[in-house]
Order: sequence, then C-alpha cells, then structure tokens
Amino acid sequence: MAYVIEAEGLRKSFGDLVAVDGISFHVVRGECFGILGPNGAGKTSTIRMIYGFSPMSGGSLKVFGLPISEGWRAIKARIGVCQQENNLDPDLTVQQNLEVFARYFDIPKKQASQRAERLLEFIALHHRKNAKVTELSGGMMRRLVLTRALINDPDLLILDEPTTGLDPQSRHQVWERLEELRSKGLSILLTTHYMDEASRLCDRLVIMDRGRILVEGEPTGLIRKHVGHDVIEVTAPSRQVRTYLETERLPYEDLGHRLLIYAKEGEKLFRKISNEYCQEGCILRMATLEDVFLKLTDRELRE
Amino acid sequence: MSPRSSIRISKRFIRVWQRNLTVYQKIWKVVLLPPILEPIFYLLAFGVGLSVLVGAIHYHGSDVSYVEFIAPALIAINMMQSAFFENTYASFVRMYYQKTFDAMMATPLNLEEIMTGEIVWGATKSVIATAIMQGVISLFGLVQYPEGLLIIPLAFLAGIAFGSIGLFFTGMVRAIEMFNLPIFLFITPMFVFSGTFFPLENLPLWAQRLALFFPLTHLVNLTRSLSLGLMTPDLLWGLGYLLLFSLFFFPLAILRMHRRLIK
Repeated sequence: MAYVIEAEGLRKSFGDLVAVDGISFHVVRGECFGILGPNGAGKTSTIRMIYGFSPMSGGSLKVFGLPISEGWRAIKARIGVCQQENNLDPDLTVQQNLEVFARYFDIPKKQASQRAERLLEFIALHHRKNAKVTELSGGMMRRLVLTRALINDPDLLILDEPTTGLDPQSRHQVWERLEELRSKGLSILLTTHYMDEASRLCDRLVIMDRGRILVEGEPTGLIRKHVGHDVIEVTAPSRQVRTYLETERLPYEDLGHRLLIYAKEGEKLFRKISNEYCQEGCILRMATLEDVFLKLTDRELRE
Repeated sequence: MSPRSSIRISKRFIRVWQRNLTVYQKIWKVVLLPPILEPIFYLLAFGVGLSVLVGAIHYHGSDVSYVEFIAPALIAINMMQSAFFENTYASFVRMYYQKTFDAMMATPLNLEEIMTGEIVWGATKSVIATAIMQGVISLFGLVQYPEGLLIIPLAFLAGIAFGSIGLFFTGMVRAIEMFNLPIFLFITPMFVFSGTFFPLENLPLWAQRLALFFPLTHLVNLTRSLSLGLMTPDLLWGLGYLLLFSLFFFPLAILRMHRRLIK
C-alpha cells in the first residue's frame, strides 16, 4: 500500500500546552482523508507539521515516504496547500497571483501562465483573470486560493477548512471541483468542522479532540458504529418517556429540553414513542456524522 | 522543518525579491515621486535659504558650499529611510495583514530565504531611490564623477544594513504603531546628529564619539567624500563599520523572525 502520509506518535506542544498529543494515522494515495474536530482540537497544528510550517515536537512523520525533517524541500514542492486565511496578494491581479506563486516553485514563466489559464478555466474564474483580488467576492477569493494550491500540479492537496465562511452556492462549487480532482487520483487531506462536507468528500476520517484521535473510519461506518441508523428527537420530553427509555435500556442522550434516541431500526420505536409519549415535537431522521461528532466530543462550547 | 541551529539560504530568495518587484512595477509611479521631489525641496529650503547664513564649510581640508555639503547627506538619509521603511512598515504589512509569508511558507521556500528576499528587496529600494535622487542632484552639478558612481553600490550596502535592523524591529513589534519607537529613538537622532546638516566637529567631543556608533554617520561621510571626489584610505573604516553592522543585524533579523513566525 502506498502511503502519502505516515504519522506515528506525532506530537506538537507550545510550552506547556500540548496541541497534538501523539497521534498516528496513514493517508493512502488517491483517497480523501479528513481531520475533524472542534476548535482547538489540534487540526491546524497537525497539518502545519505536514506541510513543513511547524517543526514537530515528537514522533515521526513521513510524506511521500520521506521523513519531513530531511526531505522538506522536495516534499513541499509536491504539496499544494490551501490555508485558512485568504492570503492572496491584494496588489496583484488574479492571473498574477498564480504566476507569482508559480515562481516560488521554479515553474518556468510560459508553463506557469498556461497552467494559470487552465486552472482559472477549471475553477470558473477565467472571466475575472485581470481583476484585482480586492474586487473579488469572498467565494471567488476562496476559489482562487484553491486554484493557487494547484499551480504546482501537486500529488497531495492539503485543505484547511476550505469552505468556512462561504455561501451555499460557493461551497457546492468548491465541493464539485474537489470531487473532480479526487476522481482524477489526487490525494487530499482536509480539515473541516462541517460534517456535511466531511461526509460528502472524505473516504476516511479521524475525529480529533484535545490533541488526540478519538475515532477513525469511513463516514458511514462511523455513523453505524457510534450512533446507529436512525435518530429520534424528542422535544420537551415528559418524565414518562425517560422512564420508558431507562426500563427498555435504550441508548439516548439527554440534553435537558431535548432527547436524542439512537436506534438501529427507528421506525417501530418512533411509532411507539410518538403514539404513547409525545404527540408533538417528535421526529425521526437519519443519523449523521454530526451526531457522531457531538456524541464523541461532547456538547460544551469550545473557545 | 529547518532546525534552529543552522541558517540555510539558497538562491531561491530571488523568488521573494521578484514578488516584491512585480508588485512594485504596478505601483512605481506613485512611489517614484518622493525621491525626485524630496531633494529639490531640501536643496531649495536648506541650500538656497540657509546657505546665505552659513557660507562655506570646512570639510576634510577644503572649503565647500553649504549646498555641496548637505546634498550628499540627503542621498545618505534617503538610502537609510528607503530600506528602513521598506523592511519595517511594508514588511510588517506583508507579514501581519497580508499573510504573504505564511503563503510562501507553504511552497519550497524556507523562512531564511523569505527574510533574505525581503532584506535584499529593501536594499534594492535603497538603490532605486538613490539612483533617482542622485540623478536629480547631479543636474545641479553637485556630484563629482567618476567617484560619484560608487555611491550606487554603497546604497546597496547601506540598504542591507538599515533593512536588516528594520526587519529586526519588525520581528519585535506587536503592532504597526510601535514602529514610532525605533523611529524616534534611532532614526530621528541619526537624522540630525550624524554630520548631516552640520559638521560633526561642531558637537562636543563626547557627542562626536557617540555619533561614531551611528551607522548613518559613516554612511554620510562615505557618500559625501565620494560625491566631493575625496577618496581617502580612511573611508575603509566607515565601510568596515557598515559591513560589520550588516553582518550583525542580518542574522539577528532572521533569528528574530524565526522566533516570531515559526510556531
């Protein structure tokens, strides 16, 4: 099996604060691998070590089979990184942003402008190629950052929260382009806290919290394993429904004003509960990755 | 990535320099005006206005007019300011607001190369501004040639010296307003007390000695001697001081930025 990334016991600490606490994972060539987690889970610290921005505090890390400490220059030449901020050059045009970035990779000028043209076509920004970056909308800027990450024709694309702050139209457009790239065999490492994004794009993922990996697996597999197939939500639950769940030993989560009941086959249970305990405010829905995420990382706010 | 113990710089720093040049080519018309207009204003105000009061000045054994005396000082100040402001305010904007360095760090460049590119660009700005200003001043017949041609490479060295210390401050300040501090404590005292607008000998002896620590003192002396065509061996001391100053602050600036940016 060809691994694009091999992390073993990877650690990162800032003074006393341990941001990444000995995590191990592998990314296989051609897959889209997700790192999910609440704010402060250690997602960005992890990927910063992978693209050579942060020195690691411990463990071992290989990218394309090369140890990062020795092969950093060769590794960085084959990676495309889409960072969280839109750190484009505001003084330059769309096309120039790509051409200047291509120079950092020693890509010859002619090849760079050809690639820039092709990529702008791909990301539907070609009509704005002579616009100044400051004239673009947020969604366009984000797409340009993504385009810029592809200028060196990378073997691994690293995306740090690629669609944060985008409107639904732009998000879907970015997702479609990413799916297209993945179908062409590009390996992708993605961090996000949008569960729908992770479900849609990731072949496999890990959920991190407080610097550690909680679970690893395929999105549907994780849902089956940790939540089940269906979720019944009961709003403003009565004491009777709680008693019923306790006596039947059914798995549920009590949020006070709301109950989440996890069920393998929810329809029968739903009918019983809605008939006997709550006529209103009772719904049956499919379990999602968000249920897994919230169940594992608990619901308290992260700041 | 790069371990702290070694500073590794390849010629890739040129890429960073090119990036700044590309941006400069878009805005050059705006930034070109100051070095053209500034010497004209100063020469009119100080030269024409003050020279009546001052008369001739005794400098290195010969009498020179006040205008001849301050014209090279204006060039030297310009070298200092071009590089210093480029590697303070402009570098800070790129680092802090535009996150340009963060983007570069995700490419085959390393931090040392990015910072080297910044300082060499600051020195380039110093050379450009000097060439323009020297051209204007030469029109007034105030620069001796061919000695005056050496002012151009001198501008590069001065740019490395003042750009390095500028970038060192950039690695230290928390907010852009805090550049006021090195400007008032470092740049402004040098601006007036480095033998710029009056001979150093007019100061008390202790102040003269203190002024020898200012890199601008040596830069003014070098520029003035070259512009008056006075080539003497003791100029090498000043050159040596600027070199040492650069060799000290260049790695210090890189270390400082390393500590600030690499987390």
